[in-house]
This record gives sequence, C-alpha cells and structure tokens, in this order.
Amino acid sequence: MTGLRVLQPGMLSLLQDGGRFGQHRLGLTCGGPLDLPAQRCANALLHNPLDTTALEISFGGLQLEVLHDTMIAVTGGDSPFTINGAEREIWRSHAVRAGDMLGFGFARRFCRCYLAVAGGFTVTPQFGSTSTVPREGIGGLNGNRLAKNDVLPCVQTAARPCLNLPIEQRPHYSDQIQVRVIPGYQQQQFSRLQQRRFFSARYQVTDRADRMGYRLHGPAISCDIEGILSEGICHGAIQIPADGQPIVLLNDRQTIGGYPKIGSALSLDTALLGQLMPGAEVSFTAVTQYTAHNALHLAASRYSRLQALPCE
Amino acid sequence: MLEIHSAGENAVMVYLGEGQSPEVSARVQQACKDIEVALGADLIDLVPSYASVLVIYQPLTTDHLSVHSRVRLALIATQSTAPDSGRLVHLPVWYDHESGPDLQSLAETAGLTPEQVIDIHQATEYRVYAIGFAPGFAYLGEVDPRIATPRKTTPRQKVPAGAVAIADAQTAVYPAPSPGGWNLIGLCPQPMFDPNNEPNMPVSVGDRVRFEAVSRQRYLELGGQL
Repeated sequence: MTGLRVLQPGMLSLLQDGGRFGQHRLGLTCGGPLDLPAQRCANALLHNPLDTTALEISFGGLQLEVLHDTMIAVTGGDSPFTINGAEREIWRSHAVRAGDMLGFGFARRFCRCYLAVAGGFTVTPQFGSTSTVPREGIGGLNGNRLAKNDVLPCVQTAARPCLNLPIEQRPHYSDQIQVRVIPGYQQQQFSRLQQRRFFSARYQVTDRADRMGYRLHGPAISCDIEGILSEGICHGAIQIPADGQPIVLLNDRQTIGGYPKIGSALSLDTALLGQLMPGAEVSFTAVTQYTAHNALHLAASRYSRLQALPCE
Repeated sequence: MLEIHSAGENAVMVYLGEGQSPEVSARVQQACKDIEVALGADLIDLVPSYASVLVIYQPLTTDHLSVHSRVRLALIATQSTAPDSGRLVHLPVWYDHESGPDLQSLAETAGLTPEQVIDIHQATEYRVYAIGFAPGFAYLGEVDPRIATPRKTTPRQKVPAGAVAIADAQTAVYPAPSPGGWNLIGLCPQPMFDPNNEPNMPVSVGDRVRFEAVSRQRYLELGGQL
C-alpha cells in the first residue's frame, strides 16, 4: 500500500474521521477533528463523504512525500502550505504527482490545518472509527500521532479539475471570539454575580490548551461547591476547577469528571476555539437551547449546500 | 428521584438519586436500557455514572423537548427497580510492599498492619459504579471506611498498568500506565482493557467485583508484569 510518506511528522499530526461515538461505556472518548467544519470542507472539495478520514495537522511542521498521483485538499488554519517548496492556496483542491513534496510551515494565529485525499486515507477503524486518540492508544495507523517514515495509505487517483471554496462559505476565524454557551444545570451553584462575571469577562487561551480541553485565564469564577459526584461530561462542557479558571472540554476529554460546570459551549464555536493559540481572546455569551438547536440546523443546511467552484 | 436537565446542545443529564449506593446504581443500569429503547436511532451515546446518566442525542433528527419527554416517560415506569445483582467477577491481586508502594503508609495512617489492610480490602464485594477517566478504568465502591484514604497530595507521574489503588471510598485497577494520585496497594495481572479482545473489559457497570490475594509467583504465572 502506498500513499503519502511522512518525512517530518510535525508537532501533532493525527488521522481523524468524524469521531468515535457510542463507546463511552468503555471509557473511550470521542476524538475527531477539533475544527470539524474545516475537515468537512476539505472532504467536500474532493467529493468525499464529509466524515472521510483526513489528517489534522496541529501547529504545522509536517512534510510529506507523495508516492503516487492523487488529488488533495487543504483547509483550516494559517500554516503556510507548500508543494515542492512553492506556497500554494488552501481552501481548494490540488492535483499532486508522485515525487511531489507537501509542506506545512508553522502556524501563526490559527493552529489546525486539514489535509484530505481523494477517497480518504484507508485506515482500519477501531471501535467504529479511525480517529486517533494518543492518550488511549486507539485509532490512526497505530494509536499514535504520525511519526517519521509512516506511510498514509490512500488510493491512486487521476488528476481532475480543481475546486475552490469561495471565501463566504469558509469558517470565519478570529483570535477574538465569542463562544455561545447554554447555561448549565449546575448554574445554581454559581451566584448571579459569578455568572455575570463569567459572561462579561474576557479570557485568554493559556498554553495548557490541547485536544482534551482549552484552559483559559481571566477573572476567577467561584463556585459554592468544590466538586460533585462524578458524572458524564459532554462536548463543550465548561468546568470550573478550584482555581476558578474555566476549562472548555473538547474532543479528547475524559468521559466522566467531578468538577462543577457553568455551561456548555456550542460545537460550532468550539471549532473556532480549537484553532486558537495561547494569548487569543475568548468571551462567552449565553444562549437558549432553542437558539443552539436552530444554529445546528442552519449549519447543517449550509453544509448541504456547500458549493465549491472550479479553480481559474 | 428523577431529574432531567439540558446539559448541552445535544445532551441531557438524568439524575436518578443522590450519593453512591447499590440501589441508585441499579436504577442507573435499568435507566440506560430504558433510554436506549425509548430513543432508538436518535441516541448517540450514554454515560452512566454513580447516580446519573448523560444522554447524548442526534440534534438534527430530534430535539431536547422530545428527548426530555421520551426519557421521562420511559423512566417513570421503572422508578422502583430492585438492585440488579450483576455478574460476580474475581480479580487476583498480588498485595505486597513491592507491588503496592503505598501499602505501608496507608496501613500506618489507618492504624492497622499491612496484613489487616489486605484482609479488609478483600473482604468487601464491590460494585462497578462507573467507567471513565481512561479506557477500562472502573470505579469500584465502596471501600471499608477503615482503609478509605484520600488521594495523595502529589500525584505520581506514572502509575503502572494493573496497579490496584484506593482513593477515599473508591478502589480501582489502573488499566494502563498513567499519572495518578491514588494509593497503590498491589498489582492485578488481569488486563482491564484490551482493544483486540471481545469483550474488551472483564467488568461492566453494575457488575460485582471481589479481589483475591495471590502470591508473587502466581501473579507472574497469570501474566503479570514487573
């Protein structure tokens, strides 16, 4: 099997499909791309099913050698993307030939890029998914991040016309974001003052931000209780540990935990959060369950109408 | 007790009691089965724990109002479930100072001898209350109050796979090497999570567990690693 050979693995490059679901009872987390919309766009540019296995490249530093002709698409953050050393546009597909070198430089403001190939990377799923969770040793090629000399298997594909996703159909990244939050069922544990503080303050992304969760720094939120009996944690849950600094829990979170939660962030916004690097600014705004529901349907409708255009 | 709360854009939290007890845990078990039936294809995943079930649903095929009402209807019918006895699983443990670096200090804190700690740990039939933290990590309760010991103030960087540990009223076997703050009293040779074997785990939530002391030699014969 051939495909793409890893010359330099980068800081954290992981094969991901849409995520692993239905396995929480074994203690397995979800995994999947932090910026799911970006990975879906990459697949859409190749006419792959949207949750086809692609590569999430965090912070850049990845170099790949193309072993046979295929089509690729790149989306996501701002790692400079090069083919044979020349910088190329992202949010579009490219025909690549055997022997081509693909490079991802280091990210500047938005740290996750997505590389999809025509037909997807052909990896055997574990527990129903190819998503890699290194902490669990599950998914991907061998349960781990890419390493030098790994070969990412994919099918050979003849060149076909390239497609480009117009800018208005791409996610809008910013390093000052407002995250919509459904206030939590534990909010009675947070006084009105503490809730106001949380929803009016600006927080900064710290360097303790990873695929498990983003730990933020800003005004400390105090809670009337220190802990609760351990219970399930959903995607986007915002935990307030003893030091009062919020943690937004993401794809690789622990499945259960005992910190109180002030609310739960919308997945559409955690996708933008997961692009951010230390120092970026985050604020929170409360929305109702109805607003969240509508936002998900609007986004789904938008995805069903994604219209990539032929490149000039 | 039955409380249902929205927990996120596609999750509801169901509380079935307070605190940890076999009765509440049995209701959690039964609730999982009932919710699976009630939600069918709208269900993505369930996370059962001590006294709660987190229900994760397909937000594009249903909505929180429908999920709340279907879960409530399903659970009202099963308010008074008798404790389900679960399966009884025996786990061998090599208890020793070599395999359990905190055995001595735990015994001293408790005012007991290490032998008494070992006897007390084996005397209880535990219940699997929750699985989480890491794949295959089963929270077992309840530890006899005489040996229930708080987490260490400084967690270890690396706890070995198979470590049998106590934290307050909970005991567990670490399925894989990981950082951890629990008190280590022995090693269990039985793999607690194997992605390549079916079933992947020797226990599931609601099962009962008994620990049985084995010698260092027996531990090695059973496949235990040093």
